[in-house]
Amino acid sequence: MQSTAPALLPTSPAPEEIRDVIAPLTALEGPLLPMLHAIQAVWGHVPQAAVPVLADVLNLGRAEVHGVISFYHDFRDHPSGRHVLKICRAEACQSVGGTAMADAVLARLGVDWHGTTADGAVTVEPVYCLGLCACGPAAMIDGRVLGRVDADRLASELEAAG
Amino acid sequence: MKIWVPLDSAAKALGADAVAEAIAREAAARGIDVQIIRNGSHGMVWLEPLVEVDAGEGRVGYGPVTPADVPALLDGRLNSLGPVEDLDWMRRQTRLTFARCGVIDPLDLDDYAAHGGLVGLRRAIGMDSAAIVDEVTASGLRGRGGAGFPTGIKWKTVAGAVADQKYIVCNADEGDSGTFADRMIMEGDPFTLIEGMAIAGLGVGATRGYVYMRSEYPVAIDVLERAVVIARQRGMLGADVLGSGRAFDMQVRVGAGAYVCGEETSLLNSLEGKRGTVRAKPPLPALEGFLGKPTVVNNVISLATIPVIFEKGAQHYADFGLGRSRGTVTLQIAGNVRRGGLFETAFGMSLGEVVNDIGGGTLSGRPVKAVQVGGPLGAYMPVSKFDTAMGYEDFDAAGGLIGHAGLVVFDDSADMLAMARFAMEFCAIESCGKCTPCRIGAVRGVETIDRIAAGDPGAAALLTDLCETMKDGSLCALGGFTPYPVMSALTQFPDDFATHKEAAE
Ligand SMILES: Cc1cc2nc3c(=O)[nH]c(=O)nc-3n(C[C@H](O)[C@H](O)[C@H](O)COP(=O)(O)O)c2cc1C
Ligand code: SF4
Ligand code: FES
Ligand code: FES
Repeated sequence: MQSTAPALLPTSPAPEEIRDVIAPLTALEGPLLPMLHAIQAVWGHVPQAAVPVLADVLNLGRAEVHGVISFYHDFRDHPSGRHVLKICRAEACQSVGGTAMADAVLARLGVDWHGTTADGAVTVEPVYCLGLCACGPAAMIDGRVLGRVDADRLASELEAAG
Repeated sequence: MKIWVPLDSAAKALGADAVAEAIAREAAARGIDVQIIRNGSHGMVWLEPLVEVDAGEGRVGYGPVTPADVPALLDGRLNSLGPVEDLDWMRRQTRLTFARCGVIDPLDLDDYAAHGGLVGLRRAIGMDSAAIVDEVTASGLRGRGGAGFPTGIKWKTVAGAVADQKYIVCNADEGDSGTFADRMIMEGDPFTLIEGMAIAGLGVGATRGYVYMRSEYPVAIDVLERAVVIARQRGMLGADVLGSGRAFDMQVRVGAGAYVCGEETSLLNSLEGKRGTVRAKPPLPALEGFLGKPTVVNNVISLATIPVIFEKGAQHYADFGLGRSRGTVTLQIAGNVRRGGLFETAFGMSLGEVVNDIGGGTLSGRPVKAVQVGGPLGAYMPVSKFDTAMGYEDFDAAGGLIGHAGLVVFDDSADMLAMARFAMEFCAIESCGKCTPCRIGAVRGVETIDRIAAGDPGAAALLTDLCETMKDGSLCALGGFTPYPVMSALTQFPDDFATHKEAAE
């Protein structure tokens, strides 16, 4: 398995664009995570350009903002493929063949965990439980939940998604 | 005609949306008037999508239903399960927390009130703070998030703290594999959580609440956010809760994919917008929690159980259970099991009864090898411990823990060395990094298990030592309890570790 270098380049939005996205959230108690989610919802990742803006708006050090972003598995520093496939790696899914299923999917797509296919269609990420533990192996494509999946089913779902 | 098709994630994952669409399409083509209600799940995941039809003679269940079944369903030609409440799985339960889940329309506040909702909150409004806290204490409720700490005592500490602002924080991070009770109640009966948080607010004098929900739950986030808006519009939340003159309002916050953020102090850091590292205790969150203010942190099920305690009375709740484990436990039966799902029952049933009798044994039909109870930090229980009763003390005595009451069943094809390795790998991936025994120890643990697999005769003793170090030197249960699954695998299933050794000798 090899992980593919995606042809997806990080975007670099202007500071004003970033400010516009986070402005409605400044009154929240503990606003940083909601802001990061909002930024990622717009650009598909948290662009480097967001760090100084967030530091300025929240009166934090840049290193501190960066430290928060890097702590959480959800926040990306570069764009994902057009679709994100999350496959559950946790125990309940393992008990019904999840590991072999995941290996087959990765092999078929020619990527490793966190990798993006060469055509930029799919990024595959591990997830540790989707709360679908009585109908595993479980997966999620762009927020759509799937239960009792096998490699063929995931391939056809991805094909249908485009 | 009324038709219920669950919006629950598990039902959706098994095709409920396609079934709902097929019903709408077929009904339109036939020109018949069908009202489709998207309810929660009753908890029988092996029957999902479980559709109910009321053609004038009460609700009748069908399942699992596929889109191809829909013409027969509308003709009344499909084999039915009968009324859902008459199914063995349902009749054997004591549904207190989950009484409405699957029954009502989750976003219909009137339907909620027609099924006992808001009775508890109205009663609490007529009580003072001390009486509310006493009621919770008298119910015997212990935290369902894992540690089993008495909820009344926690509330009392917060109630007694003097501060200009206090908070109720609901822990909806539900990261444990094999658990989905929090998700199910938030999707199927979100007002019960809102009501429980409002009662908590009245009880301790907190006016603001947060639900910290994991990002892996898009459906639950959507349903709960909509429920909060409705509750606010209808005066269940806001400046004047149900006309009481008392304020309580709440927001849903979404996590960012870190298991450790389910630990309460890590959760509070995350909620404040910081890295989710664990805080040393003291200070207790009850005294210095969110933004340094007194804070109740409770699990979803703990809070969602509060309304029924106030509706039926503390004694009614406390009358169920075993020893110091009072009330009901919301078992989540998962993994390689024939009948998986949510089963709410009084504490006290044996593990074997849950797995074999309720769950029907393995899905594969092979013998059960082990059951991991209590999530990734819980022990692997061998069949020889199947007489252990579901109770906090009973599990503790058997070298395990109930945790959030998830059970993951494995058949005899499971490789326990691989499961032990995974436990260490998971700890290494999810460690917050604060203590060396957890951050470094877990990485060493993976390496040591690989050495056992390669036949190194001294490696098992090293693993045992390492687990001792992790137990003693970790600040939180991620590092401190990872030794449970690892050591239970090693000691209960020595063959899975020995064969590798012999092969190399
Ligand atoms: C690593 C770790 C993860 C945890 N995850 C959760 C969780 O997802 N949900 C939860 O309610 N409690 C979790 N807990 C337990 C919480 O720290 C805390 O005990 C609980 O939220 C208190 O609420 P309760 O008294 O209602 O159970 C976790 C603890 C640890 C150490
Ligand atoms: S045991 Fe692990 S997760 Fe817990 S505080 Fe220490 S490093 Fe963090
Ligand atoms: S373990 Fe895979 S969904 Fe829970
Ligand atoms: S998150 Fe910091 S050590 Fe892993």
